[in-house]
Amino acid sequence: MRELRYREALREAMLEEMERDERVFLMGEEVGHYQGAYKVSEGLLDKFGERRVIDTPIAEAGFAGVGVGAAMVGLRPIIEFMTWNFSFVAFDQIISNAAKIHQMSAGALHVPIVFRGPNGAARQVASQHSHAVAPFYTSIPGLYVCQPSTPRDAKGLLKTAIRSNSPVIFLEGETLYGVKGEVPDEGVEELIPFGVSRVARVGADCTIVTWGRPYYVAMAAAEKLVADGIECEVIDPRTLRPLDMGPIIESVRKTNRCLVVHEHWPYGGPGAEIVDRVQREAFDYLDAPVERVTGLDVPMPYALNLENEVLPTEERVIGAVKRVTYAK
Amino acid sequence: MGTPLPDKDDLLGQYRSMMVIRRFEEEAARHYAKGNIGGFLHLYIGQEAIAVAAVDALQEQDYIFQTYRDHGIALARGMPPKAAMAELFGKDTGCSRGMGGSMHFFDVARNFLGGWAIVGGHLAVAAGTAFKSAYNNEDRVTICFFGEGSTNIGGFHEAMSLAGIWKLPIVFVCENNQYAMGTPLERTSPLKDLSIKAKGYAMVGDRFEGHDVALVQERIAEAVDRARTGGGPTFIEVLTYRFRGHSMSDPAKYRSRTELEQKKQLDPIHVARDRLLELGVEESKLDDVDLEVDQEIDEAVKFAEASEPARQDVMLSTVYAEEGES
Repeated sequence: MRELRYREALREAMLEEMERDERVFLMGEEVGHYQGAYKVSEGLLDKFGERRVIDTPIAEAGFAGVGVGAAMVGLRPIIEFMTWNFSFVAFDQIISNAAKIHQMSAGALHVPIVFRGPNGAARQVASQHSHAVAPFYTSIPGLYVCQPSTPRDAKGLLKTAIRSNSPVIFLEGETLYGVKGEVPDEGVEELIPFGVSRVARVGADCTIVTWGRPYYVAMAAAEKLVADGIECEVIDPRTLRPLDMGPIIESVRKTNRCLVVHEHWPYGGPGAEIVDRVQREAFDYLDAPVERVTGLDVPMPYALNLENEVLPTEERVIGAVKRVTYAK
Repeated sequence: MGTPLPDKDDLLGQYRSMMVIRRFEEEAARHYAKGNIGGFLHLYIGQEAIAVAAVDALQEQDYIFQTYRDHGIALARGMPPKAAMAELFGKDTGCSRGMGGSMHFFDVARNFLGGWAIVGGHLAVAAGTAFKSAYNNEDRVTICFFGEGSTNIGGFHEAMSLAGIWKLPIVFVCENNQYAMGTPLERTSPLKDLSIKAKGYAMVGDRFEGHDVALVQERIAEAVDRARTGGGPTFIEVLTYRFRGHSMSDPAKYRSRTELEQKKQLDPIHVARDRLLELGVEESKLDDVDLEVDQEIDEAVKFAEASEPARQDVMLSTVYAEEGES
């Protein structure tokens, strides 16, 4: 194992898959000559040239649609949204086209495409640039949704996404790009399958399900709770559609308590979906209501003190764990 | 601009093809009224010359995209009327196995890549298939049809813009039938001549009447050749008229009887028939073609009625594609 930053892990995944398969190309705003708005695609233009690393005008609906069309007839596009906030103007291409073509054509066509980019709040970029978009895309049959928390998962899942024959929504995090973590050595290929949750921390007292930036908040909170004699089991689903409930249910049967921690708004979405499935599949094992720590139900304000209040914090996680474990 | 002199046999084939579309849709309308066909049904009646001419201007490997008003181009491209009618009836033998209906015909084997039902939504997708042809250096052109209503939505602008920048091998054909649903062009566009829009994307523009199949073929062929030989995209505005409402639920009260009757004087099928008679084709021969077409459509209806309903396993197995090398 070696240590890589999250952005480097993503870059390696794209580089390896582009080397492996000539049908794979990267398209988006400033992915080429500018070397990527967040430097994820740095160096790829030099390596693969303008045929396969394609700068676009600011036209998300246009280039998302071009990607869908190219995928329909045999290419394997990676479409980068500079941030997922800008995917909203391409919503129709993703929802009405990418997610529908396979069925609409009775299976005659399929759309092997990856839409990727940073998701969620960065730092003080205010309401229009801080969306955590998972609820919108996880609700759509026909799409896969990945939201890796660690560099290793980022690389392994992106490679799987690029090889998938269906459209994949790949949610990265601007504040995660610099995070370092262990990644398999060069030459060791790891493809992480969709729909396999990862147990990140073992504990007997409370199950925490979390992903994305709040994963790190929850892990830090879990370490602090040790001092109170509470051992949390932390599970990262890694892909939100398909959602692997197996390890989550198994864990809740052991801990009898469950907390879901996520950045997206509380109304619906994968957070609420997990709560629903836990209450249905582990009802008899629960000793407390399933709780959630979420982004607050407001548009994101600019002011730092308020942004800190909106996003999940260690304090809120610790408070919620104590409530469901009836600890003081 | 002089009308080209058509070859008699070519024109007879085109006449037959237009008759197939006309009779197919008249029959579809009847079955819609009877409740045998559900959802939306947008008829192409009056516009047939454009689809038929376009198909004759294209090669087999070329990709075709159309809006939800897609029966005409599918049939012109060679989709059997049986598969088309069965789709309208929601049957497993339909061209989209009952998953698509009237608005989502597909015939991938013939490179007809769909009827698309969000106005303006398929133009960029069509450009994407042309992008693939350029990426792989394939000898393949994409033709993308849409109505004049599409020229006001953002999807039109972004697709035209990207096709222009990248000089993609694509022909955009705007079938201007004068009404965006129930709203006439003068209330939806500041331009009367939409082909001017081509300039904004540094592409060639063209504009002509759509009732003479030979003329339409000649002009679309010019644009297809341009795309095929590296000359980049073309934006074409074809002036046409639909004799029916926007869909079956539209009584078309926004236009006058006089206007409709006047436009019907230029029914592309009558125009072709008159031309064939001028060229010396016996009237009885044309009547024989009509009868043959009637029979073919009757058989299509019988086939659709007798077919098995759409299948649940197809519905469930086409949400996600099978994984593995493809």
